[in-house]
Amino acid sequence: MTTSIKKLPDIELVLSGNGACGGCPATMALRIVGKALGPNAIMLLTPSCSVASMGMTPKLGYNWPCINITFATAGSSSSGITHAVEIMKEKGRLQGELPTVFAWVGDGGTYDIGFQALSAAAERNDNFIFFCYNNEAYSNTGVQRSGATPRGAFTTTTPTGKRQPKKNMAQLMLEHNIPYVATATVAYPGDLYDKVVKAKNTPGMKYIEILAPCYLGWQFDMPDTVQMSRMAVRSGAWLLWEAENGKISFNNPSSLIINGKKGAAPVDEYVMKQGRFNRLLKSPDAASRIAEIQGDINRTIDFMRERAKITI
Amino acid sequence: MKSVTKAYRPISWPMLGAGGDTGSWRTHRPVVDTQICTKCQICWVYCPEAVIDRKEITIDYRYCKGCGVCAVECPTGAISMEKEE
Ligand SMILES: Cc1ncc(C[n+]2csc(CCOP(=O)(O)OP(=O)(O)O)c2C)c(N)n1
Ligand code: SF4
Ligand code: SF4
Ligand code: SF4
Ligand SMILES: [Mg+2]
Repeated sequence: MTTSIKKLPDIELVLSGNGACGGCPATMALRIVGKALGPNAIMLLTPSCSVASMGMTPKLGYNWPCINITFATAGSSSSGITHAVEIMKEKGRLQGELPTVFAWVGDGGTYDIGFQALSAAAERNDNFIFFCYNNEAYSNTGVQRSGATPRGAFTTTTPTGKRQPKKNMAQLMLEHNIPYVATATVAYPGDLYDKVVKAKNTPGMKYIEILAPCYLGWQFDMPDTVQMSRMAVRSGAWLLWEAENGKISFNNPSSLIINGKKGAAPVDEYVMKQGRFNRLLKSPDAASRIAEIQGDINRTIDFMRERAKITI
Repeated sequence: MKSVTKAYRPISWPMLGAGGDTGSWRTHRPVVDTQICTKCQICWVYCPEAVIDRKEITIDYRYCKGCGVCAVECPTGAISMEKEE
Protein backbone atom coordinates (compact mmCIF):
# COMPACT_ATOMS: atom_id res chain seq x y z
CA MET A 1 0.00 0.00 0.00
CA THR A 2 1.20 3.46 -0.89
CA THR A 3 1.80 5.72 2.10
CA SER A 4 -1.18 8.06 2.52
CA ILE A 5 -0.81 11.84 2.72
CA LYS A 6 -1.69 11.93 6.41
CA LYS A 7 1.07 9.42 7.22
CA LEU A 8 3.86 11.47 5.61
CA PRO A 9 6.33 12.87 8.18
CA ASP A 10 6.12 16.49 9.33
CA ILE A 11 9.77 17.27 8.71
CA GLU A 12 10.52 19.95 6.08
CA LEU A 13 13.98 20.09 4.49
CA VAL A 14 12.99 22.51 1.74
CA LEU A 15 12.68 25.85 3.48
CA SER A 16 9.93 28.37 2.76
CA GLY A 17 10.91 31.46 0.82
CA ASN A 18 13.51 29.81 -1.43
CA GLY A 19 14.31 31.14 -4.89
CA ALA A 20 12.26 28.73 -7.06
CA CYS A 21 9.41 29.93 -9.28
CA GLY A 22 5.94 29.62 -7.78
CA GLY A 23 4.49 26.20 -8.52
CA CYS A 24 7.94 24.74 -9.18
CA PRO A 25 7.75 20.96 -9.70
CA ALA A 26 11.41 20.43 -8.71
CA THR A 27 10.87 22.06 -5.31
CA MET A 28 7.58 20.18 -4.89
CA ALA A 29 9.37 16.87 -5.52
CA LEU A 30 12.38 17.70 -3.35
CA ARG A 31 10.08 18.47 -0.43
CA ILE A 32 8.69 14.92 -0.55
CA VAL A 33 12.21 13.48 -1.03
CA GLY A 34 13.22 15.35 2.14
CA LYS A 35 10.43 13.70 4.11
CA ALA A 36 11.75 10.30 3.04
CA LEU A 37 15.48 10.94 3.52
CA GLY A 38 15.33 12.98 6.71
CA PRO A 39 18.08 15.36 7.83
CA ASN A 40 20.99 12.90 7.90
CA ALA A 41 21.94 13.30 4.25
CA ILE A 42 24.42 15.12 2.02
CA MET A 43 23.16 16.73 -1.20
CA LEU A 44 25.14 17.31 -4.37
CA LEU A 45 23.81 19.58 -7.11
CA THR A 46 24.91 20.41 -10.63
CA PRO A 47 24.08 23.78 -12.25
CA SER A 48 20.29 23.87 -12.62
CA CYS A 49 17.06 25.48 -11.48
CA SER A 50 17.44 23.73 -8.13
CA VAL A 51 20.75 25.54 -7.62
CA ALA A 52 19.19 28.89 -8.52
CA SER A 53 16.39 28.00 -6.09
CA MET A 54 18.85 27.67 -3.19
CA GLY A 55 18.65 31.43 -2.80
CA MET A 56 21.27 34.06 -2.16
CA THR A 57 24.47 33.69 -0.16
CA PRO A 58 24.75 33.64 2.83
CA LYS A 59 21.28 32.06 2.97
CA LEU A 60 20.48 28.54 1.77
CA GLY A 61 16.97 27.29 1.01
CA TYR A 62 17.62 23.58 1.74
CA ASN A 63 18.31 22.21 5.19
CA TRP A 64 21.08 19.75 4.26
CA PRO A 65 24.81 20.14 3.74
CA CYS A 66 24.78 20.99 0.01
CA ILE A 67 27.69 20.85 -2.41
CA ASN A 68 27.52 22.65 -5.75
CA ILE A 69 29.61 20.74 -8.27
CA THR A 70 30.38 21.10 -11.97
CA PHE A 71 27.93 19.94 -14.58
CA ALA A 72 29.58 16.73 -15.75
CA THR A 73 30.49 15.39 -12.33
CA ALA A 74 27.39 14.39 -10.35
CA GLY A 75 28.31 10.70 -10.66
CA SER A 76 31.99 11.02 -9.80
CA SER A 77 31.56 13.67 -7.08
CA SER A 78 28.85 11.64 -5.36
CA SER A 79 31.10 8.58 -5.50
CA GLY A 80 33.89 10.59 -3.88
CA ILE A 81 31.71 11.87 -1.04
CA THR A 82 30.25 8.38 -0.53
CA HIS A 83 33.72 6.85 -0.16
CA ALA A 84 34.87 9.72 2.06
CA VAL A 85 32.07 9.24 4.59
CA GLU A 86 32.59 5.47 4.57
CA ILE A 87 36.30 5.87 5.30
CA MET A 88 35.66 8.50 7.99
CA LYS A 89 33.31 6.06 9.65
CA GLU A 90 35.91 3.27 9.41
CA LYS A 91 38.52 5.51 11.03
CA GLY A 92 36.11 6.50 13.80
CA ARG A 93 35.92 10.14 12.71
CA LEU A 94 32.19 9.89 12.03
CA GLN A 95 29.79 8.56 14.67
CA GLY A 96 26.29 7.18 14.29
CA GLU A 97 24.41 6.25 11.17
CA LEU A 98 26.08 6.99 7.83
CA PRO A 99 24.49 9.96 6.06
CA THR A 100 22.64 9.22 2.81
CA VAL A 101 24.56 10.73 -0.08
CA PHE A 102 22.35 11.92 -2.92
CA ALA A 103 22.77 13.80 -6.17
CA TRP A 104 19.91 16.10 -7.24
CA VAL A 105 20.34 16.75 -10.93
CA GLY A 106 18.27 18.08 -13.85
CA ASP A 107 17.66 16.16 -17.05
CA GLY A 108 20.42 18.11 -18.81
CA GLY A 109 22.88 17.05 -16.13
CA THR A 110 21.66 13.45 -16.31
CA TYR A 111 20.72 12.53 -19.89
CA ASP A 112 23.44 14.57 -21.57
CA ILE A 113 26.28 16.30 -19.74
CA GLY A 114 26.54 14.00 -16.72
CA PHE A 115 25.83 10.72 -18.46
CA GLN A 116 29.38 9.38 -18.53
CA ALA A 117 30.12 9.96 -14.83
CA LEU A 118 26.70 8.59 -13.88
CA SER A 119 27.21 5.47 -15.97
CA ALA A 120 30.62 4.90 -14.39
CA ALA A 121 29.29 5.33 -10.84
CA ALA A 122 26.48 2.88 -11.62
CA GLU A 123 28.92 0.35 -13.01
CA ARG A 124 30.95 0.62 -9.77
CA ASN A 125 27.69 0.24 -7.81
CA ASP A 126 28.69 3.07 -5.47
CA ASN A 127 26.40 3.56 -2.51
CA PHE A 128 24.34 6.71 -3.21
CA ILE A 129 21.04 7.84 -4.72
CA PHE A 130 21.06 9.68 -8.04
CA PHE A 131 17.89 11.71 -8.54
CA CYS A 132 17.05 13.14 -11.91
CA TYR A 133 14.25 15.71 -11.75
CA ASN A 134 13.20 15.80 -15.33
CA ASN A 135 11.61 19.00 -16.61
CA GLU A 136 12.41 17.91 -20.17
CA ALA A 137 14.71 20.86 -20.99
CA TYR A 138 17.59 23.03 -19.82
CA SER A 139 15.18 25.30 -17.95
CA ASN A 140 17.55 27.39 -15.88
CA THR A 141 19.24 28.86 -18.95
CA GLY A 142 15.98 29.67 -20.72
CA VAL A 143 14.69 26.32 -22.02
CA GLN A 144 16.99 24.63 -24.49
CA ARG A 145 16.46 21.11 -25.82
CA SER A 146 17.89 18.14 -23.91
CA GLY A 147 17.95 14.39 -24.49
CA ALA A 148 14.79 14.30 -22.35
CA THR A 149 12.80 16.77 -24.48
CA PRO A 150 10.03 14.80 -26.19
CA ARG A 151 9.53 14.83 -29.93
CA GLY A 152 7.52 17.82 -31.17
CA ALA A 153 8.27 20.14 -28.24
CA PHE A 154 9.35 23.73 -28.87
CA THR A 155 12.49 24.92 -27.09
CA THR A 156 14.75 27.86 -27.99
CA THR A 157 17.01 25.40 -29.85
CA THR A 158 14.15 23.50 -31.51
CA PRO A 159 12.12 26.40 -32.93
CA THR A 160 9.94 24.16 -35.10
CA GLY A 161 9.59 21.41 -32.51
CA LYS A 162 12.11 18.69 -31.72
CA ARG A 163 12.41 16.10 -34.47
CA GLN A 164 13.83 13.22 -32.42
CA PRO A 165 12.29 11.09 -29.65
CA LYS A 166 13.63 11.32 -26.08
CA LYS A 167 15.92 8.71 -24.53
CA ASN A 168 14.54 6.09 -22.17
CA MET A 169 16.97 7.08 -19.44
CA ALA A 170 15.54 5.05 -16.56
CA GLN A 171 15.72 1.93 -18.69
CA LEU A 172 19.33 2.72 -19.59
CA MET A 173 20.07 2.83 -15.86
CA LEU A 174 18.27 -0.48 -15.40
CA GLU A 175 20.64 -2.04 -17.93
CA HIS A 176 23.54 -1.07 -15.64
CA ASN A 177 22.34 -3.88 -13.32
CA ILE A 178 22.05 -1.64 -10.27
CA PRO A 179 19.93 -2.75 -7.30
CA TYR A 180 17.19 -0.11 -7.57
CA VAL A 181 15.71 2.02 -10.35
CA ALA A 182 12.41 3.89 -10.14
CA THR A 183 10.36 6.54 -11.90
CA ALA A 184 7.95 8.91 -10.17
CA THR A 185 6.21 12.24 -10.64
CA VAL A 186 4.86 15.03 -8.44
CA ALA A 187 1.15 14.17 -8.72
CA TYR A 188 1.79 10.90 -6.81
CA PRO A 189 3.64 11.98 -3.63
CA GLY A 190 2.99 8.76 -1.69
CA ASP A 191 4.46 6.69 -4.52
CA LEU A 192 7.52 8.98 -4.66
CA TYR A 193 7.95 8.85 -0.88
CA ASP A 194 7.85 5.05 -0.77
CA LYS A 195 10.39 4.76 -3.57
CA VAL A 196 12.82 7.11 -1.85
CA VAL A 197 12.48 5.19 1.44
CA LYS A 198 13.21 1.97 -0.45
CA ALA A 199 16.25 3.52 -2.13
CA LYS A 200 17.53 4.84 1.18
CA ASN A 201 17.43 1.34 2.65
CA THR A 202 19.07 -0.38 -0.32
CA PRO A 203 22.88 -0.56 -0.41
CA GLY A 204 24.59 0.27 -3.70
CA MET A 205 23.64 2.58 -6.53
CA LYS A 206 20.06 3.80 -6.84
CA TYR A 207 18.52 5.85 -9.65
CA ILE A 208 15.20 7.67 -9.25
CA GLU A 209 13.80 9.85 -12.01
CA ILE A 210 10.97 12.27 -11.27
CA LEU A 211 8.96 13.86 -14.07
CA ALA A 212 8.70 17.55 -13.17
CA PRO A 213 6.28 19.48 -15.42
CA CYS A 214 7.64 23.03 -15.53
CA TYR A 215 5.03 25.64 -16.39
CA LEU A 216 7.65 27.99 -17.77
CA GLY A 217 9.30 25.54 -20.15
CA TRP A 218 6.18 23.63 -21.10
CA GLN A 219 4.06 26.78 -21.28
CA PHE A 220 0.98 25.93 -19.28
CA ASP A 221 -0.68 27.85 -16.44
CA MET A 222 1.33 27.93 -13.21
CA PRO A 223 -1.42 26.45 -10.97
CA ASP A 224 -1.61 23.34 -13.20
CA THR A 225 1.76 21.74 -12.29
CA VAL A 226 0.14 18.75 -10.60
CA GLN A 227 -2.60 18.44 -13.21
CA MET A 228 0.01 18.21 -15.95
CA SER A 229 1.92 15.56 -14.03
CA ARG A 230 -1.28 13.52 -13.68
CA MET A 231 -2.09 13.90 -17.38
CA ALA A 232 1.40 12.72 -18.32
CA VAL A 233 0.76 9.49 -16.44
CA ARG A 234 -2.81 8.99 -17.64
CA SER A 235 -1.77 9.41 -21.27
CA GLY A 236 1.08 6.94 -20.83
CA ALA A 237 3.61 9.64 -21.75
CA TRP A 238 5.15 8.93 -18.34
CA LEU A 239 5.16 5.42 -16.83
CA LEU A 240 5.46 4.77 -13.10
CA TRP A 241 7.61 1.72 -12.41
CA GLU A 242 10.36 0.44 -10.17
CA ALA A 243 12.90 -2.33 -10.51
CA GLU A 244 14.35 -4.13 -7.50
CA ASN A 245 17.40 -6.15 -8.53
CA GLY A 246 16.31 -5.96 -12.15
CA LYS A 247 12.70 -7.09 -11.64
CA ILE A 248 10.32 -4.48 -12.99
CA SER A 249 6.95 -3.80 -11.43
CA PHE A 250 4.55 -1.10 -12.57
CA ASN A 251 2.75 1.17 -10.14
CA ASN A 252 -0.79 2.50 -10.27
CA PRO A 253 -2.16 3.88 -12.50
CA SER A 254 0.53 2.92 -15.04
CA SER A 255 0.10 -0.76 -14.18
CA LEU A 256 -3.49 -0.58 -15.46
CA ILE A 257 -2.26 0.79 -18.79
CA ILE A 258 0.49 -1.82 -19.06
CA ASN A 259 -1.76 -4.81 -18.34
CA GLY A 260 -4.49 -3.47 -20.61
CA LYS A 261 -7.10 -3.02 -17.85
CA LYS A 262 -7.39 0.66 -18.71
CA GLY A 263 -6.54 2.33 -21.99
CA ALA A 264 -4.14 5.27 -21.93
CA ALA A 265 -5.85 8.60 -22.62
CA PRO A 266 -5.09 9.83 -26.17
CA VAL A 267 -2.11 12.15 -26.09
CA ASP A 268 -4.02 15.00 -27.80
CA GLU A 269 -5.41 16.54 -24.62
CA TYR A 270 -2.03 16.43 -22.87
CA VAL A 271 -0.30 18.01 -25.87
CA MET A 272 -2.94 20.69 -26.41
CA LYS A 273 -2.65 21.92 -22.82
CA GLN A 274 1.02 22.81 -23.39
CA GLY A 275 2.15 25.87 -25.30
CA ARG A 276 5.40 24.15 -26.25
CA PHE A 277 3.44 22.09 -28.80
CA ASN A 278 1.48 25.10 -30.18
CA ARG A 279 3.57 25.60 -33.29
CA LEU A 280 3.37 21.96 -34.12
CA LEU A 281 -0.42 22.00 -33.72
CA LYS A 282 -0.63 24.94 -36.11
CA SER A 283 1.69 23.44 -38.73
CA PRO A 284 0.20 21.96 -41.95
CA ASP A 285 1.41 18.46 -41.01
CA ALA A 286 -0.01 18.66 -37.46
CA ALA A 287 -1.95 15.40 -37.69
CA SER A 288 1.02 13.31 -38.75
CA ARG A 289 3.30 14.91 -36.16
CA ILE A 290 0.84 14.19 -33.34
CA ALA A 291 0.66 10.64 -34.63
CA GLU A 292 4.46 10.50 -34.29
CA ILE A 293 4.23 11.62 -30.64
CA GLN A 294 1.55 9.01 -30.00
CA GLY A 295 3.75 6.46 -31.75
CA ASP A 296 6.68 7.19 -29.42
CA ILE A 297 4.42 6.71 -26.39
CA ASN A 298 2.91 3.47 -27.69
CA ARG A 299 6.31 2.08 -28.52
CA THR A 300 7.65 2.76 -25.01
CA ILE A 301 4.57 1.18 -23.41
CA ASP A 302 4.93 -1.94 -25.59
CA PHE A 303 8.67 -2.08 -25.01
CA MET A 304 8.44 -1.75 -21.21
CA ARG A 305 5.66 -4.35 -21.05
CA GLU A 306 7.92 -6.83 -22.85
CA ARG A 307 11.06 -5.79 -20.96
CA ALA A 308 9.29 -6.47 -17.66
CA LYS A 309 8.82 -10.10 -18.68
CA ILE A 310 12.59 -10.63 -18.54
CA THR A 311 13.36 -11.38 -14.92
CA ILE A 312 16.65 -13.28 -15.20
CA MET B 1 47.95 38.53 7.93
CA LYS B 2 44.35 38.63 9.07
CA SER B 3 42.46 35.42 8.54
CA VAL B 4 39.52 35.41 6.17
CA THR B 5 36.31 35.95 8.12
CA LYS B 6 33.21 33.79 7.84
CA ALA B 7 31.43 36.34 5.66
CA TYR B 8 34.01 35.96 2.89
CA ARG B 9 33.79 32.22 2.63
CA PRO B 10 31.52 30.98 -0.16
CA ILE B 11 29.36 29.14 2.36
CA SER B 12 25.66 29.58 2.97
CA TRP B 13 23.53 28.53 5.93
CA PRO B 14 20.01 27.09 5.93
CA MET B 15 17.50 29.88 6.56
CA LEU B 16 13.92 30.76 5.78
CA GLY B 17 13.55 33.36 3.06
CA ALA B 18 16.73 32.50 1.15
CA GLY B 19 15.02 34.01 -1.90
CA GLY B 20 13.73 37.01 0.10
CA ASP B 21 10.21 37.64 1.34
CA THR B 22 8.72 35.68 -1.53
CA GLY B 23 5.18 36.58 -0.50
CA SER B 24 5.74 39.85 -2.34
CA TRP B 25 5.77 37.85 -5.62
CA ARG B 26 2.05 37.11 -5.29
CA THR B 27 -0.54 38.60 -7.59
CA HIS B 28 -3.27 36.45 -6.00
CA ARG B 29 -3.64 35.22 -2.44
CA PRO B 30 -5.04 31.79 -1.54
CA VAL B 31 -7.82 32.10 1.03
CA VAL B 32 -9.16 29.00 2.81
CA ASP B 33 -12.86 28.77 3.61
CA THR B 34 -12.77 26.93 6.94
CA GLN B 35 -16.49 26.09 6.65
CA ILE B 36 -15.86 23.95 3.58
CA CYS B 37 -12.36 22.63 4.34
CA THR B 38 -12.26 18.98 5.41
CA LYS B 39 -8.60 19.12 6.53
CA CYS B 40 -7.66 16.41 4.04
CA GLN B 41 -4.12 17.89 3.75
CA ILE B 42 -4.04 17.62 -0.05
CA CYS B 43 -3.13 21.31 -0.36
CA TRP B 44 -0.39 20.77 2.24
CA VAL B 45 1.21 17.90 0.36
CA TYR B 46 1.36 19.70 -2.99
CA CYS B 47 2.38 23.18 -1.78
CA PRO B 48 5.94 23.56 -3.13
CA GLU B 49 6.73 26.21 -0.54
CA ALA B 50 5.81 24.31 2.63
CA VAL B 51 3.78 27.31 3.80
CA ILE B 52 0.56 25.49 4.73
CA ASP B 53 0.13 24.28 8.31
CA ARG B 54 -1.09 20.68 7.94
CA LYS B 55 -3.21 20.70 11.10
CA GLU B 56 -4.77 24.16 11.05
CA ILE B 57 -4.72 24.61 7.25
CA THR B 58 -3.49 28.16 7.65
CA ILE B 59 -1.07 29.79 5.20
CA ASP B 60 2.14 31.71 5.92
CA TYR B 61 1.67 34.71 3.62
CA ARG B 62 5.17 35.98 4.25
CA TYR B 63 6.49 33.32 1.86
CA CYS B 64 3.46 31.96 -0.08
CA LYS B 65 4.21 32.72 -3.74
CA GLY B 66 0.56 32.60 -4.81
CA CYS B 67 1.13 29.84 -7.34
CA GLY B 68 -2.45 28.59 -7.02
CA VAL B 69 -1.56 24.88 -7.01
CA CYS B 70 -3.38 24.43 -3.67
CA ALA B 71 -6.58 25.98 -5.06
CA VAL B 72 -6.55 23.74 -8.16
CA GLU B 73 -5.87 20.57 -6.16
CA CYS B 74 -8.33 21.18 -3.29
CA PRO B 75 -11.09 18.60 -3.84
CA THR B 76 -13.78 20.63 -2.07
CA GLY B 77 -13.09 24.02 -3.66
CA ALA B 78 -12.33 25.50 -0.25
CA ILE B 79 -9.46 27.67 -1.51
CA SER B 80 -10.12 30.75 -3.60
CA MET B 81 -7.44 32.92 -5.19
CA GLU B 82 -8.18 36.54 -4.37
CA LYS B 83 -6.50 39.42 -6.16
CA GLU B 84 -3.88 41.21 -4.06
CA GLU B 85 -4.48 44.92 -3.50
C1 LIG C 1 29.70 23.09 -18.21
C2 LIG C 1 28.55 24.02 -18.12
N1 LIG C 1 27.83 24.27 -19.25
C3 LIG C 1 26.75 25.09 -19.20
C4 LIG C 1 26.38 25.68 -18.03
C5 LIG C 1 25.18 26.62 -18.00
N2 LIG C 1 24.01 26.03 -17.36
C6 LIG C 1 23.68 26.29 -16.09
S1 LIG C 1 22.24 25.59 -15.60
C7 LIG C 1 22.00 24.94 -17.14
C8 LIG C 1 20.76 24.15 -17.45
C9 LIG C 1 20.63 22.87 -16.69
O1 LIG C 1 19.62 22.05 -17.21
P1 LIG C 1 19.10 20.84 -16.37
O2 LIG C 1 20.21 20.00 -15.91
O3 LIG C 1 18.04 20.13 -17.16
O4 LIG C 1 18.43 21.52 -15.10
P2 LIG C 1 17.21 22.58 -15.09
O5 LIG C 1 17.81 23.93 -15.26
O6 LIG C 1 16.29 22.22 -16.21
O7 LIG C 1 16.58 22.44 -13.77
C10 LIG C 1 23.06 25.27 -18.00
C11 LIG C 1 23.14 24.87 -19.42
C12 LIG C 1 27.16 25.41 -16.86
N3 LIG C 1 26.86 25.95 -15.67
N4 LIG C 1 28.23 24.59 -16.96
S1 SF4 D 1 11.80 27.25 -14.61
FE1 SF4 D 1 10.52 25.48 -14.04
S2 SF4 D 1 11.88 23.99 -13.00
FE2 SF4 D 1 12.92 26.01 -13.08
S3 SF4 D 1 12.45 27.01 -11.11
FE3 SF4 D 1 10.91 27.70 -12.60
S4 SF4 D 1 9.21 26.22 -12.40
FE4 SF4 D 1 11.01 25.32 -11.40
S1 SF4 E 1 -7.19 20.62 0.11
FE1 SF4 E 1 -9.01 21.89 0.52
S2 SF4 E 1 -10.26 20.61 1.86
FE2 SF4 E 1 -8.24 19.67 1.83
S3 SF4 E 1 -7.20 20.56 3.62
FE3 SF4 E 1 -6.68 21.87 1.88
S4 SF4 E 1 -8.24 23.51 1.88
FE4 SF4 E 1 -8.99 21.86 3.20
S1 SF4 F 1 -0.54 29.49 -3.51
FE1 SF4 F 1 1.17 28.05 -3.84
S2 SF4 F 1 2.72 28.69 -2.33
FE2 SF4 F 1 0.78 29.61 -1.69
S3 SF4 F 1 -0.11 28.14 -0.27
FE3 SF4 F 1 -0.96 27.66 -2.28
S4 SF4 F 1 0.39 26.08 -3.09
FE4 SF4 F 1 1.49 27.05 -1.39
MG1 LIG G 1 15.97 20.34 -16.98
